[in-house]
Amino acid sequence: MAQNKVDINLLREIADLEGTPKGAYNIRKNGKLEARGRTENIEIVTKEDPEKPGIDIYIKEGTKHQSVHIPVIITETGLDELVYNDFYIGADCDVVIVAGCGIHNAGDKKSEHDGVHTFYVGENSKVQYVEKHYGEGEGTGERIMNPQTVVYLEKNASITLDTTQLRGVDSTKRYTKIVVKEGAEAIVTEKLLTHDKQKATSEMDIILAGPDASSRVISRSVAQDDSEQVFYPRMIGDDAGFGHVQCDSILMGRAKIQSIPAIIANHPDAQLVHEAAIGRIAGDQLLKLMTLGLTAEEAEEEILNGFLR
Amino acid sequence: MLELKGLSYQVEDGGAATEILKGIDLTVSDNKFIVITGPNGGGKTTLAKTIMGINQPTGGQILWNGTDITNLTITERAKLGISYGFQQPPRFKGMRIRDMLGLAAGNRNLTRDECCSYLNRVGLCAADYVDRELDASLSGGEVKRIEIASILARPSGLLILDEPEAGIDLWSFAKLTETFRILHAKRESTIIVISHQERIIDLADEIVMVSGGKVVRHGPKEELMAHILADTAGSCNFLQAVTCHTKEG
Repeated sequence: MAQNKVDINLLREIADLEGTPKGAYNIRKNGKLEARGRTENIEIVTKEDPEKPGIDIYIKEGTKHQSVHIPVIITETGLDELVYNDFYIGADCDVVIVAGCGIHNAGDKKSEHDGVHTFYVGENSKVQYVEKHYGEGEGTGERIMNPQTVVYLEKNASITLDTTQLRGVDSTKRYTKIVVKEGAEAIVTEKLLTHDKQKATSEMDIILAGPDASSRVISRSVAQDDSEQVFYPRMIGDDAGFGHVQCDSILMGRAKIQSIPAIIANHPDAQLVHEAAIGRIAGDQLLKLMTLGLTAEEAEEEILNGFLR
Repeated sequence: MLELKGLSYQVEDGGAATEILKGIDLTVSDNKFIVITGPNGGGKTTLAKTIMGINQPTGGQILWNGTDITNLTITERAKLGISYGFQQPPRFKGMRIRDMLGLAAGNRNLTRDECCSYLNRVGLCAADYVDRELDASLSGGEVKRIEIASILARPSGLLILDEPEAGIDLWSFAKLTETFRILHAKRESTIIVISHQERIIDLADEIVMVSGGKVVRHGPKEELMAHILADTAGSCNFLQAVTCHTKEG
């Protein structure tokens, strides 16, 4: 299994992994399968369609307290890949799925990973999905990640989607679509920090497609230096569901942020709320922490750490 | 010992200079409990902020234990053991109450029990609060009490609290005054509280009356209380008289 220093660091950054993960796993490195592990309840199969490379993950009905790790690492400069991962999660499951992509680009060519993850979550199942994106490397080549996450939640199913991209990714275009059926719940927490000239766009369609469907989107972002961010979360009430979108952003340096939350009601009993705020770190927050003995720089770091925690 | 010598602070307002502090002279001995009181807009908060370094004075000197701290930054003053509890403390999205207490105490690994003991001192049922975020989900009174808890968590030689009673319910207020009384009984730090509350004033060794940017009276509580009560009992009380006088003058 991948075990040089760069690989170990990338895996730790994106999946908190030290050594072989417990449960099922599929580690992809530089466009190839590096290691795979199955369990009695979780099967991972390589897709055969050459036009649609990737894996299918099958989780048996009633699987509880098991995890799947599917990290992707890229250490070759100039690698450009598009991968499709489909998750078929049976009814009455309770599982954790840890994805993530780490790029170490030491060269001068761009390295790009585009991943399309689709989740079919069975009735009454509960899924926690954690995804971290991370970039590093001394090279001048760009590090690009364009993830797409599509989720279909059956009756009374739930998913919490935690996505984090803190530093190191030059360009990202993220798209998330969740279809929430009757009684199902989707909670999306997105954390993003961009710096230098990085660009990030996050677009979302959350469709409340059944009665008592509910969803909450919490987006926290920090844009530093000359970076630019665009958020476009759309909460669509096609039935009598509840949706809440909250976007908070901190601006630093000469960064630019556009936050365009949309709530769209196509049903008379849909309840939809959005809140959005963009601003610099409040002066009284800095002063408060300085009165506790922190320097202005330390205070700023504490505020950002808390905000993106 | 805290010594303020001819401390003044003025702001530019549309080209004209407005003096907020007009040459304040004040000496506070070690481990005393001082209450600063006086009419709204008289300069009390500005004075407290100037001692902490949040406002840079335009004249005069501040000495703390004999060291001239007039030109020190807020951070440097904090490191010398000066603490300031904000009248309207800020909220922080994402920062948990335990994080704030840890920053204040200078120990990021405070145990749950340690956090609880700080919160209990301001009348908060700690178990409900330790992991909550210090954000808009908290009421003004809760934020205020957490602010005071954070000041109490900090090892300080000089504690300055700006209207700690504001926004706090009666039951918590009783707990708070008791906490101040115990803190003062230890005689380990100098406590300066800006307050209008008789029960807090009652804890003080000395009262400083600030009005119109000046110290208009300073003395032992017993002496000053008599003045305050006599003045506020009349139709044109002491505070009003001072305010009127300032406006005219």
